[in-house]
Amino acid sequence: MAKIEEYAPAAGRSAIEELKLIASRLKDKTILNVNSTAVGGGVAEILNRMLPLMTELGIKPRWELIKGGEDFYAVTKKFHNALHGTRQELTPADFQLYRDTLSANMQTLNLDADIALIHDPQPAGLIDRKPAGAKWIWRCHIDLSNRQSDVWDFLHGYVSRYDAAVISAPSFSQRLPVKQFQVPPSIDPLADKNKELASEEVAAIMERLKIPLDKPLITQVSRFDRLKDPLGVIEAFKKIQPYVTARLLLVGGSADDDPEGAEVLAEARAAAEGNPDILVLCLPPTSNIEINAIQRASAIILQKSLKEGFGLTVSEALWKGKPVIAGAVGGIPLQITHKYSGILTRTIDGTAYWMKRLLHEPAYAKKLGENGREHVRENFLLTRHLRDYLLLALYLEKGGQDFIHI
Amino acid sequence: MTAKAGEPFKFCTRLTLTEVTGRKAYNIGELLEGIKAADDAVIYHHTHRFIKQSHHLVPEGANDFAYWVANTVQADRLGEELTAIDIVRYDSLAALRDAFVGLLERHLAENPGPMRTVAPGREFHFMRAIRFSLPTSCAAVDYPGFIECLRNVSVSSLYLHVFEARLRPPYGVDDFSHWFRTNFNDEVVGREISRLDPYSYTLEGLRQRIIRIIEQRLPEVPRG
Repeated sequence: MAKIEEYAPAAGRSAIEELKLIASRLKDKTILNVNSTAVGGGVAEILNRMLPLMTELGIKPRWELIKGGEDFYAVTKKFHNALHGTRQELTPADFQLYRDTLSANMQTLNLDADIALIHDPQPAGLIDRKPAGAKWIWRCHIDLSNRQSDVWDFLHGYVSRYDAAVISAPSFSQRLPVKQFQVPPSIDPLADKNKELASEEVAAIMERLKIPLDKPLITQVSRFDRLKDPLGVIEAFKKIQPYVTARLLLVGGSADDDPEGAEVLAEARAAAEGNPDILVLCLPPTSNIEINAIQRASAIILQKSLKEGFGLTVSEALWKGKPVIAGAVGGIPLQITHKYSGILTRTIDGTAYWMKRLLHEPAYAKKLGENGREHVRENFLLTRHLRDYLLLALYLEKGGQDFIHI
Repeated sequence: MTAKAGEPFKFCTRLTLTEVTGRKAYNIGELLEGIKAADDAVIYHHTHRFIKQSHHLVPEGANDFAYWVANTVQADRLGEELTAIDIVRYDSLAALRDAFVGLLERHLAENPGPMRTVAPGREFHFMRAIRFSLPTSCAAVDYPGFIECLRNVSVSSLYLHVFEARLRPPYGVDDFSHWFRTNFNDEVVGREISRLDPYSYTLEGLRQRIIRIIEQRLPEVPRG
C-alpha cells in the first residue's frame, strides 16, 4: 500500500504537510468505519487505501463490517435502489428484518471509538448503540435527490440522531435536523487505474489490445448501460465522421452476468457494424492498467451519461490531462466547469459539435485538459478526501465552531 | 530600511470544510432572499471559494452568485454586474452581502415581470465555509527568506494572507504589505503589493507578481 509521502508528487508537498498537521491534532484518536463489505464497491476501495494512511499519520482507524443474511441484503438492496429513485415495494416485514439484523450486529460489533463514520443505509441503525461522548457521522454515498419517501422516512429516524451527515454533492442534501457536509469522493493517483504510465507501456498495451493509433481516438469508458448512452455516443460520432479523421472506442466491462448489459452491448455492436472507425471493446473488470493506458492514448474522453451518481470516471480522465466532454448530470458539473476544465453537454448534437470542435482546435483541447488535471489535483484526489474527513472530525471534536485555529 | 524584521513573518494556511445548508434558489428572487438570510460563513463560501477552487483557471473575478446568474439563469446583464462587484473594496463580509442585496433588489425593481425559474437540478445551493487556520513551517525575517517562503507555500497560504487578511484588522490590508511596512518601513513594496487587485490574477499569477515586486527591491535592501 502506498505511503503518504508517495502522494506528494501528485497532491503537492503542502497538501501532505497540511495532512500531517491536522492529523497531529487527532493523534491517537480512534476513527471507526462501518460498512457492509470489505471488497468490491467504491466504499471498500477507498477505505482500503485511506485507512493505512490514517495509521501512518498517527490516528487509530478501525473498520467493522455489518453482517446479515441474504434476506437482509435483499432488503438493503431495495433500500439502495429506492433511495436512487427506482420504485421499490417494501413491506413492514422488510423494515422489521432491518431492525432485527441491526440489533444482532449491535451485540457483536465493537463500536468503541472517538469518531465513527457509518457508511450508507445498511449500518445506519447502529446509532441506537452509539457510545456516550463519541461523535458519529452518517456518510451517505448515494444520490438522494430522487429518493423514495417511505424508505427515506424510515432512515430519517436514524440519521437525524447522528452528529453530522456527509453527502457527495449539494444536490443530494435532504431536510435534516443535523448539519450536513459536502465531501466528494476521490480517485487514488497511485492506483493502477490512475498511476503514471510510460508512453512505451501505453503503446505496448494498445498494441496488445489491437487498438490502432493511426487516427485520434475518442473514447468512452463505461458499463454497457443505457444510462451511459452508448448509442447516443455512436450517433454523435457518425454525425461528425464526414468532417473529421478520428476513431471512436467504446470500452466497458464484460456483461455476462448482466442481462440488460448484454443487450445494450449487442445494440452498440449492431450500431457500430460496418463502420471500421467505431470499436466496441469488452474488458475483464480487473483491467485497470489497460483502462489507464486507453485513456492516456485517447485524444478526447467522453462520458455522455444521461443519469449519473458522482461519475468519478470523469476525474480519472481529467487526471490524465485529457479534454473531457460529459453529460451535465449528477456530480459531473462539480468536476467540470464548462469551457474551462472540460465540456458539459445535454444532447447528441451538442456532443457531436464539441467533439468536432476539440478535434479541430487541439490547443484549446489541451488547455481544457490541463485545467481539468489541476482541478482534480485540488479537489478530487484521495488526499483531499482524507483531509476533509479529518477536518470534520476536528470540527466535531472542537464543538462545531465556524472558525478553528489548529 | 533594516535587513532583519523585528517580527518574523509566519506563513499560515487556510483550509475549509463545506457545510450544505439545504437552502436552494430556483430564481433570482429566491437568490436574493437566500443572500439576505446568509451569515458571514455563507457569503465567504460563495465569494471566496470560487477564487481558490478555480485558481488555475483564467482569472474570472467572479463569485458563485454571478456564475449561477450568468450561466444558469442566463440573465447576462445582471450576471455581468454581479461579476463586476469589486470584492477588494469591501472590508467586511456583511458589507459585501449588502452590495449583492442592493444589486439584486435594484434588478428586481427594474424587472418586475415573471422571473425565469431554472429546472430542478440546476438550482443554486447555499453553502457555508467552516474555516480552519493552520501554521506552516515557513517563516521569514528578511527579503530573501520571504521570497523563498513565497515560492514554497501552498496557494491556500497565499489566499489566506492576501485575500482573507483584508477582512480582519487592519481592515482592507493584506498581511504581506502590512509586514513590509511595519517591519522595514518599506513603503515601496507595501504600496506595490497593496495596489495589486488580487481578484484579477490567478493565485499562481499573483504569487509570481509578488515575488517579482520583492526581487526588484532586493538591490536596495541593506545586507544583514
